[in-house]
Amino acid sequence: MSIQLVIRRVLFLILVVWSASTITFFIPRLSSKNPVRERFAELARLGGFSPQDLETIVASYNKQFGLDNPLGQQYLDYLMAIARLDLGVSLNKFPKTVIDLIMDSLPWTITLLLVTTILSFIIGNLLGAIAAWPRAPQWMRTLATPFILFQGIPPVLMGVLLLFFVAFRLKLAPLGGAYSTGVIPDWSSVEFVLDVARHQILPALALILGSVGGWVLSMRGMGVTVQGEDYVVFAEHKGLGGAAIFRDYYLRNALLPQVTGLALALGTVITSAIVVESMFALPGLGRVLDAAIRANDFFVIYGVVLFVTIAVATLMVLVEFLYPLLDPRVRHE
Amino acid sequence: MTAATLAEPRFSQPSRLTLLLRYLRRNKSLAVGLLILLGLIIFTTHGLLTADLDNAYPLSVKTKQPPGLEFPFGTDYFGRDLYVAMVVGLWQTALIGVLAGALGTLIGVVLGFTSAYFGGWIDAAIKSLCQILTPIPAFLIQVIIASSLDKRDVTIFTMAFVVVLLAWMGPTLVVRAQVLTMKERQFVAVAKLSGMGDLGIIFGEIMPNLLPFIAAAFVDQVFKAVFASFYLAVLGLGPLREPLMGNIIWAAQGQSAFFNNWWWWPLAPAAAMVLILSSLALINMGLDELANPRVRRTE
Repeated sequence: MSIQLVIRRVLFLILVVWSASTITFFIPRLSSKNPVRERFAELARLGGFSPQDLETIVASYNKQFGLDNPLGQQYLDYLMAIARLDLGVSLNKFPKTVIDLIMDSLPWTITLLLVTTILSFIIGNLLGAIAAWPRAPQWMRTLATPFILFQGIPPVLMGVLLLFFVAFRLKLAPLGGAYSTGVIPDWSSVEFVLDVARHQILPALALILGSVGGWVLSMRGMGVTVQGEDYVVFAEHKGLGGAAIFRDYYLRNALLPQVTGLALALGTVITSAIVVESMFALPGLGRVLDAAIRANDFFVIYGVVLFVTIAVATLMVLVEFLYPLLDPRVRHE
Repeated sequence: MTAATLAEPRFSQPSRLTLLLRYLRRNKSLAVGLLILLGLIIFTTHGLLTADLDNAYPLSVKTKQPPGLEFPFGTDYFGRDLYVAMVVGLWQTALIGVLAGALGTLIGVVLGFTSAYFGGWIDAAIKSLCQILTPIPAFLIQVIIASSLDKRDVTIFTMAFVVVLLAWMGPTLVVRAQVLTMKERQFVAVAKLSGMGDLGIIFGEIMPNLLPFIAAAFVDQVFKAVFASFYLAVLGLGPLREPLMGNIIWAAQGQSAFFNNWWWWPLAPAAAMVLILSSLALINMGLDELANPRVRRTE
């Protein structure tokens, strides 16, 4: 890969991150809502201090966070802070910083995302490839049909249905949470790890069931195209066995565009995971966001969103860099 | 001599309806999707005409009643009749979906046309704007917009507006790509040579050929808008008073409905949402086949 291309992609990435930060900076400021005032007005309603003090408190907070500076100055400070990955502090859990909250929850989200994305990518693409492969046995080809029918159902809805049927009716899995109540977290005990795994099964299943259909559908379309290619016909005429053609000629070539599809789907995959986490009360980014929305903790909302946006954009560019490893044709260009 | 008068050969052209039905028999996903949609429309219209719509709002009926004769879908902790809530919620979901979908498609068609037809710096600007915005997960930006709004300002209409703000890039790119290929076709060249103006060519020559793509893009946009507004509502960023499906699920999770044995509370909106999204996804798949015969399955 040429150095020029790398530089171009990195510049593009910086442009994307800059646009995302600019959007997250200006949108809240366009609205008439003042996050600090909103938060303290709520606290004042609950009692604790007299409403007369509200203005003084808000003013001192604004001063503390630099919110009384001119807009241009604020914008520059904000961009500099983002470059240092400083996303501000939580209003609700002060003095915890937003990045602390994110880092605490990130391992949970990443594990869930990695496992479910890899599994659904493999299952979906295999089923899709088989569904489009005329020589596969009929029963194998119809395996894909239910997933195609349900491909419009987002993981969160799968989550509600699984909670009802598996957890509520059959009592096969817990109704939510990271581990059983009353258990003391201890990663060295096998029992605790198994308990955590048991709690992750339903959310993981919801995410997998909710995303397999998309892969099946796009892979089936891709498979039909690849079957008509000359090299597949050639392999058949050479007398290669069905399994070899399927694996080396058909699947491998049809998979290439799916990797690009994976990069494009990242945004949806991550947002789905976040919403599912908040639904199952798992201790990931989803719960941080959910708690922040419920508590009007605006700095955390903006911080989590910006963090995930930057992560998604970076991952997308990274996948593009990995692509030449998979496709020799791109490598030589 | 009487010339043997040959009977005029009569080819009976099947009526449009038969043709449509025949096509639907081949395009099963379109047929099933439309059927579910029709069922939902009948359910909502019937409910809107007969039910007391105030019961969709909190504090109007007995709380926490399981499904039964009086309340077919049960009632929730806040005293909503879930059946009426579904009726109103479906209507509101449709409103958000169609509004945002139509607006997004319209913006996309206008921008895509301008970009592809005129080319030059306009094209470059629109294209790079789309490319920069595409990697940014629209839903997360929508979370920011929705949470920046004053709670009282969040209505069905602002929801639609929030969703559409970041949903026009898809149709723009689709329309742009189609117009680019169509521009090179001979019928456009002929029209140009015969002195047709830009607008005449756009509306008289290109637009009719684009309609299937625009229809597909529209359904896709409606699906995405319904999806996005549902996610926002599930996170508690919707208009909290309204009986939108996502709001009800959010409220049910907030009150730990399953822990408390109120299983019907989140189930009714989830089932409704499954039907809405499946029907839209199936129609979408069917229209894709119609607009793009290359993906038609070899059967």
